[in-house]
Amino acid sequence: MKRVRISQQEIVFAVFAALFLSFSIFLNGFLSADNMLTLLQNVAVLGILGLGMAIVVIGRGIDLSLIAALAVPGGLVLQMVQNGHSLPASLVAAGLLAIAVGLVNGWLIAYAEVPPLFATLASGLFVAGLGQAALFQLDVVQWSDGMAGFERLGQGSILGIPTSIVMFAIACVVVFVLLRKTRWGAYIYAIGDNPFAARVTGIPSRPIIVLQYVVAALIGCFAGLVMAASVNSMPTRIFNSTLIYDVILVVVLGGIGLSGGRGGVVNVIIGTLLIGTMLNGMTILNIPYAGQNLIKGLVLLVAVITDTFLNPRNEETAQQGDI
Amino acid sequence: MACMQKFALASIAALTLSAGTVPALAQQGLDEPFQKTFREALAGKTVAYVPVAMNFDLTEGWYAGLKKELEPFGVKFVIRDPNWNTNAGAQAVTSLISEKPAVMVIHNPDVQTYAKLLQRAENEGIYVIQINMGSAYRSSAFVGANWIEIGERQTEGVVKACQGKSNKIAIIQGALSAAASAYTLKGVENVLAKHPEIKVVSSQAADWDAAKAKAITQTVLKQNPDLCGIVGFWDGMDIGTAAAIKEAGLTGKVFLATSGGGERKGACELVKNGSFDLDMSYDVPTQAAQMAGTIKWLLSSGAKPGSVKGSEYTTLIPITKENADTQTACWNLSDLKK
Repeated sequence: MKRVRISQQEIVFAVFAALFLSFSIFLNGFLSADNMLTLLQNVAVLGILGLGMAIVVIGRGIDLSLIAALAVPGGLVLQMVQNGHSLPASLVAAGLLAIAVGLVNGWLIAYAEVPPLFATLASGLFVAGLGQAALFQLDVVQWSDGMAGFERLGQGSILGIPTSIVMFAIACVVVFVLLRKTRWGAYIYAIGDNPFAARVTGIPSRPIIVLQYVVAALIGCFAGLVMAASVNSMPTRIFNSTLIYDVILVVVLGGIGLSGGRGGVVNVIIGTLLIGTMLNGMTILNIPYAGQNLIKGLVLLVAVITDTFLNPRNEETAQQGDI
Repeated sequence: MACMQKFALASIAALTLSAGTVPALAQQGLDEPFQKTFREALAGKTVAYVPVAMNFDLTEGWYAGLKKELEPFGVKFVIRDPNWNTNAGAQAVTSLISEKPAVMVIHNPDVQTYAKLLQRAENEGIYVIQINMGSAYRSSAFVGANWIEIGERQTEGVVKACQGKSNKIAIIQGALSAAASAYTLKGVENVLAKHPEIKVVSSQAADWDAAKAKAITQTVLKQNPDLCGIVGFWDGMDIGTAAAIKEAGLTGKVFLATSGGGERKGACELVKNGSFDLDMSYDVPTQAAQMAGTIKWLLSSGAKPGSVKGSEYTTLIPITKENADTQTACWNLSDLKK
């Protein structure tokens, strides 16, 4: 008997296709070019964050400080400009802050060997607290005149496509190149697949792990800037929201196993599309908020269970443990 | 005759003497009889402030306003910041009860959580002033906005703007668990009940989150490009709603009503640039002044905590293009902090 193997990616894609088809048939106004662009635009920031998370998860880690890396450097730019600094200087400061967050995360995980779950949970709290206590005057950092022109990063459109979608596409290309076309990308997969084997074969595991977290933090910072530009402010309290779960949802749904070494940019795109379709359809249907959470939670549960069945733990994961 | 004159003189002298403090030819100061007890009633007293969180315009504004009014009288001001954590807030209130401040200024996260605690506090002899969000327990004073009125007046604005148009509106609520959001929705419903011609095409909660508000509004506008108005529940969140309207090229066509504390950057500036058409402001500095006034009155009255109970609902300021430029419509947090 030949066993049919379906990857989770294919299952999620099938779910996405089914959902998309039924919305298109039964939901008036869903399948229009305009609505498709809105759908993508609404999940662009989530998708960018998903890319950052994907890099870390492929390397068998997790980055819970991603939302802090989105909120604090992004907020810092707006706050510094509000206080009279120039925009380029503020952007450099934000970039440096993001790199610092990534370096600390990476050092804690690669050298101090703290489990990534705890290291990034703590560093995320620290960075968010730092922002609240020392950097921002108010939780919502307002746009100011010095930022004029910068809103084009998240508003308006390029050749008819909303800018935030273009930004997501650019981020996809950059991450794709990093993961598939560079040696570093290959190392990340190797470490995620089997960290001990990777080390034995001479891969510089620790620096590569640090690199993963630095890249993730920079992607978070980029997502933050796109988001701030898109809503003309930086609601730094977003750190306290459930956004991080949505990001993990995108990654896991897309089929990037939490045990590492699998998946890529395509998975993030599929996960993002599924979430986008769900959110858009539920908004058009005017489903109440609680119901939306229920549906999202159910879908995540199903995805995780399917993942366990399709990618059963192998010997080495059992010994090493997941994230 | 001479006798009469003598008598008159004597009586004037006697009067002057008996009056005692009346300044003879305004040479001496006059002591006002009540200020000393007032000062004594305030000096060294502790006022504890428990907002739902610091770091946003409302709570920072109240804090700055109260400090400015009370500290010159020697009132000690302590703050407990639960940072949006309801449990931490309840713990803060509980521990404050045993510390026995003279007054507690409480910003409730919801109607129930603190209610019993506040009653206990007043039984223990602490005045409780609730601000902007009341609890189920009615304490010495409530100072704050009437959310139902806010919902009603916002909706009236939207309904008026919709006359002769599609009559389709959307509602962007706050967080479902917040009573302020639920009260505002009640106000919206009150007005809509009188206007059956208005059709609500979407009523969703955006969790006080600008990005979520933007996403919802974008989708709704794509489905209903002829939408004539949106009722938003907080200006900090409706920055996102406004951004969606602007991107759809519908600024000026979709009437956006919202509400907030009236801080200049978050309210007047955004009304001026066309993001909001109506921002119902509950003018935070005035609220702070009313709280401070209430605290002064309560402390100097000597009334037993819980024996008098009253409310001071805020007089709302509707901010529109007409008054957004004036000095009085909005306030600056940075000035209030000086």
